[in-house]
Amino acid sequence: MTGSALVFGLFLAFIVTTLGITVWARANTRGADDFYAGGRTFSGPQNGIALAGDYMSAASFLGIAGIIALSGYDGFLYSIGFLVAWLLALLLAELMRNAGRFTMGDVLSRRVRRQAPVRRAAAVSTVTVSVFYLLAQMVGAGALVSLLLGIHRGERFLGMSADAAETVTIVVVGTLMIFYVAYGGMKGTTWVQIIKSALLTAGAVVLTALVLGRFGFDVSAVLGSAADASGKDEAFLRPGLRYGQDVPGDAYQTIVNKLDFISLALALVLGAAGLPHIVNRFFTVPDGPAARRSVSWSIGLVGVFYLMTPLLGFGAAALVGRDEIVAQDPSGNTAVPQLAHAAGEQLGGHIGGDILLAFVGAVAFATILAVVSGLVLASSTSLAHDYFGQVLMLGRPRESQEVAVARFAAFLVGALAIVLAVVARNLNVAFLVALAFSMAAAANLPAILLSLFWRRFNSAGVVAGIYGGLSSSLVLVLFSPVVSGKTDPATGESLSLFPATIDFHLFPLENPGIVAIPVGFACAVAGTLLGREKADRERYDDLSVRALTGAGAP
Amino acid sequence: MVGDSKVSGSERDERDERDEQGERSERGAPPGQYAPIAGYEAFRLLRRRYRRVAAVVGVVFLGWYFAYVGLAAFAREFMARPVAGHVNVALLLGALQFVSTFVLAGVYVAYARRRLDPLAGELR
Repeated sequence: MTGSALVFGLFLAFIVTTLGITVWARANTRGADDFYAGGRTFSGPQNGIALAGDYMSAASFLGIAGIIALSGYDGFLYSIGFLVAWLLALLLAELMRNAGRFTMGDVLSRRVRRQAPVRRAAAVSTVTVSVFYLLAQMVGAGALVSLLLGIHRGERFLGMSADAAETVTIVVVGTLMIFYVAYGGMKGTTWVQIIKSALLTAGAVVLTALVLGRFGFDVSAVLGSAADASGKDEAFLRPGLRYGQDVPGDAYQTIVNKLDFISLALALVLGAAGLPHIVNRFFTVPDGPAARRSVSWSIGLVGVFYLMTPLLGFGAAALVGRDEIVAQDPSGNTAVPQLAHAAGEQLGGHIGGDILLAFVGAVAFATILAVVSGLVLASSTSLAHDYFGQVLMLGRPRESQEVAVARFAAFLVGALAIVLAVVARNLNVAFLVALAFSMAAAANLPAILLSLFWRRFNSAGVVAGIYGGLSSSLVLVLFSPVVSGKTDPATGESLSLFPATIDFHLFPLENPGIVAIPVGFACAVAGTLLGREKADRERYDDLSVRALTGAGAP
Repeated sequence: MVGDSKVSGSERDERDERDEQGERSERGAPPGQYAPIAGYEAFRLLRRRYRRVAAVVGVVFLGWYFAYVGLAAFAREFMARPVAGHVNVALLLGALQFVSTFVLAGVYVAYARRRLDPLAGELR
């Protein structure tokens, strides 16, 4: 129980600090530039740290390490995809910073003749991608926090059952994120990200050092010990236990598995540059070169962090062991907190274990809160600026009106996310992160790339590309084994959202990217050609000059 | 939504007009303001350089990444070869993806600083 009290205390310390920052940010937020873009006064390094904070979700800290702890090498494939993806963001960051003001919608609508449909599509896509991503984080938060507080199924904590504690956690996380965003805007959220990023990196470094120290700083010894403990020997250190599995005697299923894996890799590497909460962060710095610098900082931080994930995962496999991890949480999300507990115990006995567990728990909590805040901010910015400002009010609202709408939109999106997360709290929603990446890659990336580089691109192309990419991702997932028709071959239990008796799956892959991303590009091109709308050459030239030189950039 | 295509011709014109006004009032400048710069020789050079470096970095990193993914999916024997101790080819190539990402990012940033920023500064 002392452990729970410590976790609780650290949560509170983080909440109080960040609320203080939020109140400070509120006092220093005056117009739209402040609310949407933090006044554009963050330096490259500051924004780079915040970008890394926005990007490194609990899914990557706990999820990847958990997959590695249970399935070995295959979790590392996530680390690599998530990092490599940043190179695309690096190439585009400066151009987008120069061409837009606050949102992706600004960049896409710069050169087109018909603003309203493009803005509307940008807002729809931003909100859809963000809400799916948000849902994954919030459902995860509920499960995680109750586990960290030591509440298991059937146990009670402060008079609550585990299920009630999960609901309470989701509501508390949701309320805090609404407050951060509605009250602190981009300024408050950015500082929350910076603090979280520092905490997360510190936590990962400490744990990695402890794992390595335990094995005499010999990476090979960590790997060997993990392979032995896993019961799978060297296969644990090779790709193939989880993704792209070979099914002996079933060539069709083998190919399906491989394609599914490649599909996942595609979505990971092409999705990051189209994630709305990442794109919006390009606008918080003074100019294009600063945007570039912030992405290169982020690459450094994210890279070092993901380089540590296999050590954490393999460390957990070696020091905690598969059985204990699965007993706590079958998906492995608690492998890192358990590793912290084990490593702390070796260092300082029972108290050491409790302290380190509490610290890592607080880091995970901070991570979830910061990431969901970034997502809500991106949604409300797009709703207020793209939809309310440009579609409903035709670009003529006063700044103060738009910001008021943004604050209200934060409340709406946040409330929607809370309700959805409470409803979905017992479902396995881990696939939503990959789905959000796939939608970002299929809907947003074609529109961004073609806007910047294709002379003939037009409004119809943007609209067709965004809706085509979004809907193909959604429809494919709906008819995939993630939603129905996947059963455990041994027990016959359902591994999908629906119970085993319902099976309407038509599409064999769990990851839609390999089909949806080409569909997104094809729709964008087809929309352009069929739209019978002549591209405005002058505006395209204007956009090119702005994007590459920074002329006229706010 | 996509239903906008149903908007009749005259309505569409009206909307376009409002859109343009909307854009003007938002940015305080007529659309196409900087278009003439696109004809400058210095700008063409800047665009050529950007496209070249972006294409090189893009092709190299995507090619190398998907080569790695392909090996992980189809060349399991090769990936399983031991390199040193328990470190195998798969782990080594994975670590090299990190190295290549850092190197490519460094190359692009250095190139942009040296060859793109001065040109952009001249044109701004």
